Amino acid sequence: MAEKIRNLSFVVHNGREIPRVPMELCFADRLGGWAVRWSIRRMKYTVEPGIYAVGNTDGDSVVLVSANYKLSFDTLHKELKGLDAWIIVLDTKGVNVWCAAGKGTFGTDEIVHRIGLVELEKIVNHRKIILPQLGASGVAAHEVKKRCGFSVIYGPVRACDIIEFLKAGMKATQQMRQVHFSLYDRLVLTPVEFVMGGKYMIFIMAVLFILSGISTSGYSSDLAMSNGIRSVVNLFAAYLSGAVIAPLLLPWLPGRSFSFKGFSVGFVVAVVLFALKLTGSRLETVAWIFLISVVSSFLAMNFTGASTYTSLSGVKKEMRVAVPLQIIAVILGMGMWIAGRFV
Amino acid sequence: MKGQIYLKNVVTLELDIDKCVGCGLCATVCPHRIFEMKENKAVIVDADACMECGACSVNCSVEAINVKSGVGCAVAVFKGMFRGGQASCDCSSESD
Repeated sequence: MAEKIRNLSFVVHNGREIPRVPMELCFADRLGGWAVRWSIRRMKYTVEPGIYAVGNTDGDSVVLVSANYKLSFDTLHKELKGLDAWIIVLDTKGVNVWCAAGKGTFGTDEIVHRIGLVELEKIVNHRKIILPQLGASGVAAHEVKKRCGFSVIYGPVRACDIIEFLKAGMKATQQMRQVHFSLYDRLVLTPVEFVMGGKYMIFIMAVLFILSGISTSGYSSDLAMSNGIRSVVNLFAAYLSGAVIAPLLLPWLPGRSFSFKGFSVGFVVAVVLFALKLTGSRLETVAWIFLISVVSSFLAMNFTGASTYTSLSGVKKEMRVAVPLQIIAVILGMGMWIAGRFV
Repeated sequence: MKGQIYLKNVVTLELDIDKCVGCGLCATVCPHRIFEMKENKAVIVDADACMECGACSVNCSVEAINVKSGVGCAVAVFKGMFRGGQASCDCSSESD
């Protein structure tokens, strides 16, 4: 079920009723946008595909194309103050423009199909559609032109530049065309990273908690309590290190591969925990240095998928080296941790 | 601003300068600005910044650009390994 767009009105254009979105986002839009950043309802946060009007549209108004992930749609919508435009929303299965373009759902076929379905040629006098630049990896502009007669114009990467782009006669500056990965960009991604791995982390914590009770004199629940809490603290620190600290500090961490960046943060975190006397016996301390570094390394490596500049070839090369080392480190770390129960 | 650079000398991007008709669309769509137009031909000026998204190649009407495009995502590579076949990006289409 798609989200309802609130305060929708209608415009009658060439005898057809077309939904018109209000000028401003409302509180519920902002709340929903915040929630999906925490992975809440992220996969269900969609708008109905089709055509929408913004402002006082007529047959000469520009046509902007967007995805049906509501966060994408709202991000575009809120930047259009004072503009009269049509928005075509493609059915990207609730996925943002760039990711959908990678999968091909924001693609040539869907554009041609959707233009036909909304009968765009009857709505506008011109034959131009403006796509977000990041849609380009799913769309062959020349194919769209050949198949439905509409010329594709690639707009800026970010919706906040769209007005500027139109004012300049549909010309984008280099700045508008470049993808960045700023501290803020990384910051808004970390809650999802944190929530997504959470269930695995809780499972592993529970297992370590139970195992913590084992000792040479049998099983003790008191021991499980004291050692278990220590294990949970260390593991949680490892999780924070790989899922939050490493992504945030990314450009300032040593090396190019994400797994190495994650390893370095994890190592430092482990040393800090040791200095705070939170790592237990000498053997367990060594175990934690291995385990925290490797958990952090693994999680940081997984952040390649959220980053905006890693290539598949590069990730494969990184993994060929990192994954075997990570496996060895986990085996050694767990071995020492278990041995620590008996000495 | 110069963008971040990932591993060097790994990308699969190739440009066949003889086929290029100089339309400049590759330079337009590239999110990392690795193409420049010189004397009506595209030139790769910063191959290491390429993330293999495939936008240039898909939009090249004369098929002058070749790149093994895909998502640079470790989770996708794992999924591809376990399920067999290509690295598949589907963390954003999981039904929860």
